[in-house]
This record gives sequence, structure tokens and C-alpha cells, in this order.
Amino acid sequence: MVDQSIAGAGTVATASDGDRSGRARIAILALCLGLAVAVLLSLTSGASDASAVSVVGDWLLGAAPGNEALSARDRLIVYDIRLPRVTLGVLIGAALAVSGAVMQGLFRNPLADPGLIGVSAGASLGAVSVIVLGATVLAPITSMLGTLALPLAAFCGGLATTLVLYQVATRRGQTSVATMLLAGIALAALAMALTGILIFMADDRQLRDLTFWQLGSLAGATWQKIGSVGPVIVLALAAMPFLARGLNALALGEATAGHLGIPVQRLKYTAIVGVSAAVGASVAVSGGIGFVGIVVPHLLRLAIGPDNRYLLPASALLGACLLLLADAVARTIVAPAELPIGIVTAIAGAPFFLWILLRKRGVIDL
Amino acid sequence: MIEARDVSVAIGGKGIVANVDFDMRPGEIAAIVGPNGSGKTTFLRALSGDLAYSGEVTINGRDLSVMKPVEAAMLRAVLPQATTLSFPFTVREIVRLGLLGGRSGALPGEDERLPERALARVDLDGFAGRFYQELSGGEQQRVQLARVLCQVWAPVLDGKPRYLFLDEPVSSLDIKHQLIIMNIARDFARRGGGVVAILHDLNLTAMYADRIFVMHRGRLAATGSPQDVLSDDLIEKVFDCRLRVGVLPAGDMPFVLPQSAV
Repeated sequence: MVDQSIAGAGTVATASDGDRSGRARIAILALCLGLAVAVLLSLTSGASDASAVSVVGDWLLGAAPGNEALSARDRLIVYDIRLPRVTLGVLIGAALAVSGAVMQGLFRNPLADPGLIGVSAGASLGAVSVIVLGATVLAPITSMLGTLALPLAAFCGGLATTLVLYQVATRRGQTSVATMLLAGIALAALAMALTGILIFMADDRQLRDLTFWQLGSLAGATWQKIGSVGPVIVLALAAMPFLARGLNALALGEATAGHLGIPVQRLKYTAIVGVSAAVGASVAVSGGIGFVGIVVPHLLRLAIGPDNRYLLPASALLGACLLLLADAVARTIVAPAELPIGIVTAIAGAPFFLWILLRKRGVIDL
Repeated sequence: MIEARDVSVAIGGKGIVANVDFDMRPGEIAAIVGPNGSGKTTFLRALSGDLAYSGEVTINGRDLSVMKPVEAAMLRAVLPQATTLSFPFTVREIVRLGLLGGRSGALPGEDERLPERALARVDLDGFAGRFYQELSGGEQQRVQLARVLCQVWAPVLDGKPRYLFLDEPVSSLDIKHQLIIMNIARDFARRGGGVVAILHDLNLTAMYADRIFVMHRGRLAATGSPQDVLSDDLIEKVFDCRLRVGVLPAGDMPFVLPQSAV
């Protein structure tokens, strides 16, 4: 998928009539196919030798009598271990990439990212609170919520940060983007300091849990986890296409977007709540997975242009593809052990991002 | 019909515009002139619904303060002084945003071709595929005008006039394109729409404006036809500059007026 997007980048300026919607539709179709391939590969790669043919065969035959495409052991591995992990990867990859694209549209800045305005830091604080204090101070709450406690705490942390941020940055119904970015840095610093205190208090076992959670991983994906965060992510993703037209208008500035008939304040509010929900839910299950939100929309803008009507769905698809790819690398590169996926996305994403900046210095106006 | 009664605007507790009355009828170009910092842009922003104001503004008899953005977008389009972009949109993609809010008023099925037609009107034929960020300031301004024209393509919609609000539409243009843009404004007014334009060039103002509103220190200093308003006394009072109207340069000093265009 990556190769395809880069190949498209070189031809941007040749669109003679300036209408890139046809190319965008083709790209989205190709990404759909790519995602299907990535899902199938993820389901079949690993220690068990279930082949792609047998997995598809099993799926096609379903509950038909005499379906022996997969052995009982392979079926267990594919459906109870790999499928939840793949599902989670798709959801989180899509959530991170779309959140990045929406934030960038909202702030009119191609470098904006949910990590930047403190959403991720707030969500982390919520999650770390549960990990460290779950057995003591917060015991009544965690025992009541069970496994839902961690995702809920992260979600609440992310949302609370965003709401405070929004209050600080909004005067008389107008949100100042500059204030919001600066306040986001301050709030992120505060959340990280509080997280630091909690880490200082943590015992050895908790420290190990924390480290692994913070580095980000899709390991330990279960249908139960998906049930707790999946609906939040799906709901947030479903709302975002309705923002596309408004975000396009916002590229011309808030006043002009208003002149074009966009209810700007409502647009901003919807985008902020949607992003904090999607990011909070993602951080809760997989910790910090960086660079997906910046690299994916960047690549796609080079290939199909910045029109959010196509950029948002394409980001969801490419984000999902790339996260599955990163997860495959994380699972296999130090097998039988497993690398946290956040390390993979950072090692691949950071230099790649720098490369894009150098190569496209003229086109991307920072 | 646009009517503003006793409009005042304060930004951050500081009064910028005070007690301005403003009327314009469809079919007219109303020019707002005045020195830098006299409140022209602030007043136009209030008229556009961007800023809170005291007093009353109605467009076609409807109170601006209770209009939703999408309702206002169907009545008027606004050209800002300058627009910068952070993303690599093509010219066509920008112009097409003019069709976003509502009803261009073009014949059914013509909307898809409007960006090209609007670009041709502002003398940017063949620019549709270029990147906006790579154009010169004057070209960018004309792209934005093409976008604004798409939004209110028909000057009259459902029997009601529509309006163009232009903030210094010719400030970064060469003389040829100044005339093209002002002729587009005049054409829009002759076909039943209304134009409110902030202008700095008094000769262009005299040539195209049906009515001039002169602003000075946040207040209205004079209103009327160019003949009534542009006098030696008013120019000295408002612009703090002793100039005489209608005096030719001495000797063989060349001068070029837009009025001489043939």
C-alpha cells in the first residue's frame, strides 16, 4: 500500500483540470482491496500454519457440515487469537489516522496531531491511574468496572483534557487555535507530571505493566476489549464523514467558512469530541502508537489532494493497512518474543516523515 | 436592500465603528472609502455577520443577527482581503468551495462547470489545475473572486437580490485586471444584485460607484453620489491631505486614468 501511495505522489501536478476526485475514488477502491489483503495476511501469518486458502475456505463453508478446511486448533488460533487482534488493529489504525486528518483540518496545520494537544497525555494519565491505583485507592471503582476500568479511565482522561482545553481556548464562542495549541502543550506537561508521580509510586510489577502499555501493543486483544472500545471508535469514525465539507471550507479560514454557510462552532465542537473519543479509546487498549496520525494523511494528501471528502475515508483505510503491517513486523521480527508496536511505528514513521518533508518542501507549506 | 441603523462595533472593549447608518439598493455599487484604520473592514465584517455589533442590520428586510450561516450564505458572498492556505489545494478545488453552502442559482446541471466559467470571467482560463499556493498574490485574489462568484452566480434568486461584499478587491491587481474585476462588479449590479466594495483608488471609485460612504475615525463622514462626495474639503478633512479634485497635472506630465479605458 505504501508503494502505491508514493507512486501517486509524483503525478499530482499533472492533473490538468485540477479535479482529483476521480483519482481519489480509484485510490479508495485500491485501499479497500489492500486492506482485504492485509487482513488475510495478518490472519494467516504466525506460528500456526493455517494458509490463506484454508482460512478463506473455512469462512466460505461456515457452519456447513463436513467443513474441514481448518483444524480445530487452527480455528481456535484464527478466530479467538488472531481475528480479535486484527480487528483491533484495523479499528485503532483507522481511528488514529482519521483523528490526525481531522485535527490537521481543524487547526489548518499539517503538523497538528492528537498527541500535540494533550489528548493522548490526558488519556495516558487516566490509564496509568488505574494501573497504579487500581488495587488501592481506586479499588471500589475498578472492582465494579472490571476490565472496562482501564479503557474508561483513558477515555475520560482524554475527554477531560480536551474539554478543559476547549474552555481555556474559547472566548465568546470563538476558539483560538494558537491558544489551544499552547494550552495543549501546558496540559500535556501537567498530565505527564502527574503520570510521573504515579510511576514514582508504582511497585515493580506495576512498572512492568506500565512500560509495556506505554510502548503500545496490540497483544492481548480480546473480543471483550473490542466490545468495550470498539463501539466508541466506530461511532466516532461514523461521525467524521459529516465533517468533511466543513473541514474543506475551514481550510480558507474560520470567517470564510462561515461566509460559505458552515456552522463553524458546531463543526469545531463535533470534531474535538469525536477526536478525543477515538484517541482516548485507542490509547486505552494499545497505549501510545505514534506517527500514524501524521504520516497517513500526509501521504494521502500527496497522492489524492487535501479534499476531506476523500481524505478521511482513505486515511481510515490506509491507517488500518499500515497498523496491520506494523503489527506483523512487531510479531515476527524478534519471534518468538514480540516488539511493542509503538516502537515499530516510531522507527518507521519518524524517518519517513522527515523524508516527506525534505522531498516535498515546496508543496507542503509549514 | 441592505439597511444598517446606528451600527457600532467594539473589539476588546475598544470602539472601532460608531453609529454608522448605511443603505444600499440592489442594482447599485456602494463603495466604502476612507483612510487606513478608519473602520471600513470592521464595518464590512459586521455586515458579513463575523463580528457582534449594536444597532440593526437587515438584508432584504431580514434581521442579520438571527440569520443562520447557511441562510446568510445564500444572500451574500464575501471576498476577504487575502486568503492563505496550509494545504495543497488546486485552483479548481478552491473555486468549487463556493458551491458548498447552497445555491449558485445557475441552471440545473451547470454547477459542475461553474468553476471553469468563473475562472474564465476573472481572466484565469486554464489555471484550474494549478496549485493555489504557487500563484502570485494578484492571481490568488482573482481565484478567491471566482469562488465568491460561484456562490452567488445568479445576482437574483427566487426574485430576491443577492450581494457581493468585496474587501479591497483590486488592491493587488494590475490596471487591466482592476478594470476586469470592477466591470464584473458593475455587471453583477446591473443584473439586479448589489455590491458593497471597500476601495482605496478614488478614481476607480468615482468611475464605478453609484454611492460612496466615506468613513473617518470609525464614523460616517459623508454619503452620496461621487459628484456630491468627492470635494477638496472632504478629502482634506478625511485623508488629511490637500488635494484638488479635477485638476490636471501641469505641463507635459503624463497621467493615466481608468476612465480613459476604451
